[in-house]
Amino acid sequence: FAGLADVSISEDIPVEGEITVPVGSHSPDEDYSTLDEPVRDTIMRDLKAVGKKFVHVMYPKKSSALLRDWDLWGPLVLCVSLALMLQGGSADSKDDGGPQFAEVFVIIWFGAVVITLNSKLLGGTISFFQSLCVLGYCVLPLTVAMLVCRLVLLAGSGTISFVIRLIVVVAMFAWSTLASTAFLADSQPPNRKALVVYPIFLFYFVISWMILTFTPQ
Amino acid sequence: QGGGSAVIDMENMDDTSGSSFEDMGEMHQRMKEEEEEEAEGEAGAAEEEDGEFLGMKGLRGQLGRQVADQVSAAPCSSPLREALPAFSLYANIDILRPYFDVEPIQVRARLLESMIPVKMINFPQKIAGELYGPLMLVFTLVAILLHGMKTSDTIIREGTLMGTAIGTCFGYWLGVSSFIYFLAYLCNAQITMVQMLSLLGYGLFGHCITLFVTYNIHFHSLFYIFWLGVGGLSTLRMVAVLVSRTVGHTQRLILCGTLAALHMLFLLYLHFAYHKVVEGILDTLEGPNMPPFQRVARDIPVISSAVLNTTAKAVALTQ
Repeated sequence: FAGLADVSISEDIPVEGEITVPVGSHSPDEDYSTLDEPVRDTIMRDLKAVGKKFVHVMYPKKSSALLRDWDLWGPLVLCVSLALMLQGGSADSKDDGGPQFAEVFVIIWFGAVVITLNSKLLGGTISFFQSLCVLGYCVLPLTVAMLVCRLVLLAGSGTISFVIRLIVVVAMFAWSTLASTAFLADSQPPNRKALVVYPIFLFYFVISWMILTFTPQ
Repeated sequence: QGGGSAVIDMENMDDTSGSSFEDMGEMHQRMKEEEEEEAEGEAGAAEEEDGEFLGMKGLRGQLGRQVADQVSAAPCSSPLREALPAFSLYANIDILRPYFDVEPIQVRARLLESMIPVKMINFPQKIAGELYGPLMLVFTLVAILLHGMKTSDTIIREGTLMGTAIGTCFGYWLGVSSFIYFLAYLCNAQITMVQMLSLLGYGLFGHCITLFVTYNIHFHSLFYIFWLGVGGLSTLRMVAVLVSRTVGHTQRLILCGTLAALHMLFLLYLHFAYHKVVEGILDTLEGPNMPPFQRVARDIPVISSAVLNTTAKAVALTQ
């Protein structure tokens, strides 16, 4: 600053200007308080987020949208719809209805919890709810398979329908497993991916088994 | 990994690969093999013994892994996790972490080893205290059982198919492990609870194979061959390992006889309780006067149908 020593300001020019730093516009307020917006906006925002994640599951690419903003709405909706569709399909008609729904619900959630715990114990870097979110969303192909099976069963329940259902369920099972592997395997140490993929395979296998062996009363 | 403590919990060291008790046995085994190899002209294995004297290398390895686990902080992946009041869950997870520290190659090796009975029973055999493999095998058994129950149209009167399958498999694994551990305590056998859980869990690999094959191919003679062959091999392996860790003939007999009986009978039970053949029995569960098998495939020889009849009667009477 030696060169500025001879710069002088004449005393009759007032020094003026804004001392305060201009605050960024209204956006921080809008982000933190969503109480004032219409309910429709809130719901639509959440629905759009859920819809975007559904699209990510159906076309699994290595994106981090599912992981970054996890939510459990999608898994809940899928689990409830799957459990409702699987209801009433037991061979013994004396004790169906209640246990079937609770059974499916409990299996899905406890299965997801066990897989998450397993992947954490094996040294995974993903958090508990992120993993639950991914596993829940990847039930979507199997829910679609259940819908298709139900429709096929409306048409009749012979060998051909069984073959169609088998093909559809196997394809959707493979899709689910691949989709969840695409999201979850990256968070594991590279030499232990197989150890994490196997329980996921078993989990979706059991759900696929429940779908395939469903016979309406 | 918020909430991890810096104290190294020495209780997790019951993987006795670090203790001198077993390493003496292993060293003896290796020295014997070495003598045999020297007779054939190979003497290269001697140098490796120095680093493992008294198992110090094993001890350092285990300690080092534990320190690395607890000191190196994995990056926090989500701030939400810290806000959750679920710290007790994470504290408990850390207790189980050493038992899941495996590589896929190790799991595969242990699966294959579980079918090979060891020959050397005079010195204690090593058991890996690992829980990943046994847990996955129990879940696989549940899946196979469900498949078998559905293809045989088993009718479960109280409860659900899923609940029965899970209850049976986990009940067997945890219950029989605890029971044999208790007997081992009475018979002064050198085995810890985790090792027993691991041993019995890997012993279920034989059950998985047998049931997977025989639920799909319904020949009864095939089942008996698999029962004796595959089931017998995995039972022999467990028995040999237990015998190597027990002193005294009576104790060995009690412990191994019980384990062998329970393991083989469980396989028999799984096949018969959830299989097509038993359809007739579950429907006519009235009394001890059982009609002989009528809905059975025609390739059964006379002897095995007599055995089937007596087994079925026994099963019906106990239910």
